Amino acid sequence: MNFEIVDRGGYTALAGTGRLNMVSAPKLRDVVTEAIGQGHNRLVLDMAGTEFIDSSGLGALVGCLKAARQAGGDLRIANVGSQVQMVLKLTSMDRILTPYASVDEAFGDD
Amino acid sequence: MSLFWIRLVGALAVFAGVNYVGWRWVASLNWEAWWIAVPLILAETYSLIDVTLFALTMWRLKDRGEPPPTPPGLTVDVFITTYNEPIDLVMETALAAKAIGYPHTTWVLDDGSRPELRGLAEENGVGYVSRGAEWAGMPRHAKAGNLNNALHETQGEFLLILDADQIPDPRILDRTLGYFTARKVALVQTPQWFFNVPEKDPLGSQAPLFYGPIQQGKDGWNAAFFCGSNAILRREALMQLGLVGYVRETHARVVKALEAGRGVVRRALRRAEAQADGAGELLRVVDRALRAGRDQLGSGASVAAVTFLVQNQVEAAVKSLVAADVQALAADLAEIEALERELNGTPDDRLAEVAPIDAAVERLSARDWSPLGALESVQAVLDSVTVERRGEAQPIMPLSTISVTEDMSTSMRLHAMGWRSVYHHEILAKGLAPEDLKTMLTQRLRWAQGTIQVMLRESPLRLPGLSLGQRLMYFATMWSYLAGFAAVVYLAAPAVFFVLGILPVQSLSSDFFARFVPFMALNQLLFILAARGAATWRGQQYSLALFPTWIKACTTAAANVWFGRPLGFAVTPKARQEGGDALLILRPQAVVAAILVLAGAVGAARLLAGQAEPLGTLVNMVWMAYDLLALSVLVGAARYKGFEQQRGTE
Repeated sequence: MNFEIVDRGGYTALAGTGRLNMVSAPKLRDVVTEAIGQGHNRLVLDMAGTEFIDSSGLGALVGCLKAARQAGGDLRIANVGSQVQMVLKLTSMDRILTPYASVDEAFGDD
Repeated sequence: MSLFWIRLVGALAVFAGVNYVGWRWVASLNWEAWWIAVPLILAETYSLIDVTLFALTMWRLKDRGEPPPTPPGLTVDVFITTYNEPIDLVMETALAAKAIGYPHTTWVLDDGSRPELRGLAEENGVGYVSRGAEWAGMPRHAKAGNLNNALHETQGEFLLILDADQIPDPRILDRTLGYFTARKVALVQTPQWFFNVPEKDPLGSQAPLFYGPIQQGKDGWNAAFFCGSNAILRREALMQLGLVGYVRETHARVVKALEAGRGVVRRALRRAEAQADGAGELLRVVDRALRAGRDQLGSGASVAAVTFLVQNQVEAAVKSLVAADVQALAADLAEIEALERELNGTPDDRLAEVAPIDAAVERLSARDWSPLGALESVQAVLDSVTVERRGEAQPIMPLSTISVTEDMSTSMRLHAMGWRSVYHHEILAKGLAPEDLKTMLTQRLRWAQGTIQVMLRESPLRLPGLSLGQRLMYFATMWSYLAGFAAVVYLAAPAVFFVLGILPVQSLSSDFFARFVPFMALNQLLFILAARGAATWRGQQYSLALFPTWIKACTTAAANVWFGRPLGFAVTPKARQEGGDALLILRPQAVVAAILVLAGAVGAARLLAGQAEPLGTLVNMVWMAYDLLALSVLVGAARYKGFEQQRGTE
């Protein structure tokens, strides 16, 4: 999985393409840890290119949320595909990581 | 009495052939011109083997005459296979099939799943079968898949298989079922004959030599084979084939996966990404499970038990990995909650509701969402360690799927299991032949490709269970499809002589003629005797003239079998294809004919200038004339406008 990071002023957008699974999950953690280290703590993960997520991927996602919150920011997700949506719903994670329809809307309210 | 003469001439032809080709190898090769001499002697050797196999086929020519009496009370399903043929055509065949005298059930096997055809079939009281949901996203296996699908939907003890265009005679079952009184008979094949073919048969559609002496000869060796249509099969034999095939395939696949699994797991472990999180631990469990599976299988445990054990262990490991992920996730959530409380003083009420449950762990561990999916190579190994046929719609596939000519392959496997076959030489169904060159070429290419696929995938020379005679009979058909390579040499040799003055033979001595002429003459005589009045010249012409098709079939089939490249498979259209410039399709042949004529002119000029040997020129002129005569069949084929048009103008 490859990640692209864009500073949108006010928040930072991360886009990952591929499958967020046991193999690629550590990469997501690294990328987010690095971004937070550089002072970006308002993060939006654009999941348009993420076709699949497994339990490890989900774990990484929550780990990243925790890291962002600990740094005083937040992690939000946008453009969630159907399989990812199903996994979020199954674990009731969609109540915490509410998917936004687009990257722009994620921090639109604040 | 005629069998005596056929045997005598056959034996003499082979003897004369060995006498000639042996002498050519030993005493007459022109090594100075090895580049043409060696290909020519190889082509001649090819032809000698071809003649020998033909003589062997004719040796046991079997004329069965009247069939045995028909036993009453058998249950029969009549299958009409269709993919994209016109609906009128299919229904005409279906209604003719319904009218067959012996009690039976008629089914239309519609691989095109056309609602209109379903409606018409139901209206006319004809059964209708199409592929079910289990085929979605699975390999369809063309006609073999269509038949296999229908076999699971029906119950008749016997199956009459008809192509969509083959209109059956009402007596077809009464004339053939009697043979099945012999318990070991699994197949009765009858001829394929086409009514839309003019007397001259420009496209060489009728195959009077094949649906006649050749199948009758093979029948004598208990090797008459299934040709896809106009044949009756015993369901029990097909089912046995499917079951035995399933058990063999499963056992071989599981053994292979257990063997290969070790290396795959080790390679996955070496990759850095696998070190992360639980992946390494999971891989070690897989490794242990595979090793245990190997040991158990080695000490005689059943494949079912072994696969269950391996899958169970791996599933447990996956589940504990997922559970660990979910626990870590819950711990993270708790921390986030604590953080929220610290910041806001009030707990985020959303968090309290989140409680990852067993059901979630269960679902996230299932095969399609399992973390193991990240390690694709390992997942693939584990997918093979199963008694299900993942990647196939049906575990039991009675009709062979290793070739686009499933018919030949299936009957060869039946023979290998000890079943018998019968060729009943009576036209009991009449069909539609291709009416244009392009369609005809597609059809020939497909037959040749399928035959070569079977030869390379499951050679009759090696398949256990066949008798020597059966091996040679199947091999004879495969061998005949290699004719394209020899044809190129036979076409090139006279041109080489005319232009370069090079003979592949040391000299055209009396020795040469004394050996060559008897071989050639006996060979033709054998053909004439065997054909018993049937027109065989068309077949001989096409054998040479379609050399590009035969060569393409060999190269594409080899690329398919050895390198997994697609064949570019096409269904033979029953309706006439419009368009497609004939000259473009026949370009190789046109070029060869032009070269031959030009070379002939050069040869004549050289002879007049006193630069060429007269005898050599004469021999090569005759040879060239034969080549051109054979190629000339394509002129008629290219100009053929179809059966109706042809009749209209006559």
